[in-house]
Amino acid sequence: MSFLQSLADRDRVFDFLVPEQSPVDVRHGPILYLEDVSVSFDGFKAINDLNLTIDDGELRCIIGPNGAGKTTMMDIITGKTRPDQGSVWFGSRHNLLTKNEPEIARLGIGRKFQKPTVFEALTVFENLELAMAMDKSLWPTLKARMTGEVLARIEEVLETVGLASLSRRQAGILSHGQKQWLEIGMLLMQRPRLLLVDEPVAGMTEQEMERTAELLLSLAGKHSVVVVEHDMGFVRSIARTVTVLHQGSVLAEGSMDKVASDPRVIEVYLGGDEEAA
Amino acid sequence: MPSSRLWLARPFGERSTLIFLAVLGATMALVVAANLLLAPEHPLHVSTYTVTLLGKYLCYALLAVAVDLVWGYLGILSLGHGAFFALGGYAMGMYLMRQIGDRGVYGDPLLPDFMVFLDWDSLPWYWLGFDMAGFAFVMVLLAPGLLALVFGFLAFRSRVTGVYLSIITQALTFALMLAFFRNEMGFGGNNGLTDFKELLGFDLSADATRLGLFIASGVALALGFLLCRAIVVSKLGRVCVAVRDAESRTRFLGYRVERYQQFVFVVSAMLAGVAGALYVPQVGIINPSEFSPLFSIEVVVWVALGGRATLYGAVIGALAVNYAKSVFTGVMPEAWLFALGALFVLVTVLLPQGIAGLLSRSRQQGSDDDSDTQPDTPTDTLDATPREATP
Ligand SMILES: Nc1ncnc2c1ncn2[C@@H]1O[C@H](COP(=O)(O)OP(=O)(O)OP(=O)(O)O)[C@@H](O)[C@H]1O
Ligand SMILES: [Mg+2]
Repeated sequence: MSFLQSLADRDRVFDFLVPEQSPVDVRHGPILYLEDVSVSFDGFKAINDLNLTIDDGELRCIIGPNGAGKTTMMDIITGKTRPDQGSVWFGSRHNLLTKNEPEIARLGIGRKFQKPTVFEALTVFENLELAMAMDKSLWPTLKARMTGEVLARIEEVLETVGLASLSRRQAGILSHGQKQWLEIGMLLMQRPRLLLVDEPVAGMTEQEMERTAELLLSLAGKHSVVVVEHDMGFVRSIARTVTVLHQGSVLAEGSMDKVASDPRVIEVYLGGDEEAA
Repeated sequence: MPSSRLWLARPFGERSTLIFLAVLGATMALVVAANLLLAPEHPLHVSTYTVTLLGKYLCYALLAVAVDLVWGYLGILSLGHGAFFALGGYAMGMYLMRQIGDRGVYGDPLLPDFMVFLDWDSLPWYWLGFDMAGFAFVMVLLAPGLLALVFGFLAFRSRVTGVYLSIITQALTFALMLAFFRNEMGFGGNNGLTDFKELLGFDLSADATRLGLFIASGVALALGFLLCRAIVVSKLGRVCVAVRDAESRTRFLGYRVERYQQFVFVVSAMLAGVAGALYVPQVGIINPSEFSPLFSIEVVVWVALGGRATLYGAVIGALAVNYAKSVFTGVMPEAWLFALGALFVLVTVLLPQGIAGLLSRSRQQGSDDDSDTQPDTPTDTLDATPREATP
């Protein structure tokens, strides 16, 4: 098994560009593992005994009403918020609770925030260039030259996120949806193993939503992807496994059809919401 | 029309650089020729007085380029760059003072006149070494550079940005002005340093020396411009723009933002120091008024008028405003500050991208010159600047 894995690893074209830290070990289980996690803000339990496992290469959708704790959960995984109790593991090797934000990012967990922030004055190409996983200290950056490898990587990501024809445009003139894709592209430049995507289609047109769905589906397999989204139609179009969060813990988990027919889910979320249709 | 923020983006292409250097070189050659070759009676003769005045403007232009580097590309609105300019000037002034030797009014072989006047009997330690040109010229870079390094260390590590940073830079130059006003500081108090005789053995009152200083100022401006351009078109320059527009996002990508700020701030301060050092022998005096907070603000106005984040805009702004100032102060000196203020308001309202914005717009309407190098993209005024690093 591990021999096969190493063969597969060797096939990766840009292996030398992968950050040098110890790889994520997913041989003995999931890529992300949260157990009995709780956090409270001024006595209010935003996350309450949360248990969640994400398998390697999985595309997982997380839904839940406003204030269910979805963003807070991402804060915990990325090290922005420290839980009061519980454990969070990345593979079987990295205890995320002992690491800070940049360390976690370097381990290969990329996060897209709810509000897209791209560098508006720079071109799409340059946005990706700056996001590339490489030495980011002063002198190497001053002397950095565009190499074939970097160029190839940027072009690959441009293709993936569908912005190749806009690569020389300034990011500031992109549509909202295109900015979201660019931001996902910037995440991909860092070669994450796990992508956390918070509300990717908020404010998008139908076509943009469709393309985003295709994009996220194409990422699954190569990366593990966790998507938080409110839009039920969108979740239905990409979901394989859906986790419903409610008051800081998992209410239901399974296929979209299964959770959608769960009476408790209907009551707290689908039923009381305009999404019921 | 693109928003001014988007416009604030583009380091210019090779072409603008060549145009800038060609215009600068040609103008300087004409001035030198008109000074040397035409008889004084000739209507196109440029007097040595004018040459020196232009040399002074070129120093201001270099200072403006330094300010544009930190303000235009990194978003640090420094209202204290006059301090770095003045420190460079004082370093040069101290060298020139010691060149006077025993030709001062009091004829003391070692002590400058003002120290004799203050009854000092020995040279303060920080004046040692300034009799050597090499040491003094190194100090021209080191004094502003070190101040910027310490200042940047304190400000950027504690993430002071925006208006607060601007206010602190004002406070910095104001504090230095008060300090240099004091006689006990040993820099000549409010009279400053003056009565210079020679620079590297050349008589400062000689026409040839003045012409040489003018040429040196132009060369320094060209080199400073090229240095800034090299920074701006490097990947580091793109990181700077990223910091300017979304600092925390840049940090999130893994860049140690404060290092970048510190590096560029120090480079900029050193350039300002060089400008000050070339300025002093041409005007013949350095005194604490160069530290005046108002002067630093004026420099920012030059850059804003010329057009931020273009480098050449800063040069245009510095030259245009200072020329206007000479004309204006000749006619009605007391109204100059009002005129400057009015100009500033008018330009920010009518020409948010400054004079450079006007130039690049008309140029693009004329020929779309730069876009043809990228046939794969739609013609667009926003990305009409090719970059050699991104084929
Ligand atoms: N830093 C904080 N301090 C205090 N309360 C917080 C903090 N962060 C989150 N909360 C609270 O925790 C609860 C969960 O918030 P969270 O942002 O995780 O919800 P969400 O599921 O992402 O909601 P939405 O769908 O609106 O994005 C909310 O009630 C919120 O007010
Ligand atoms: Mg949220």
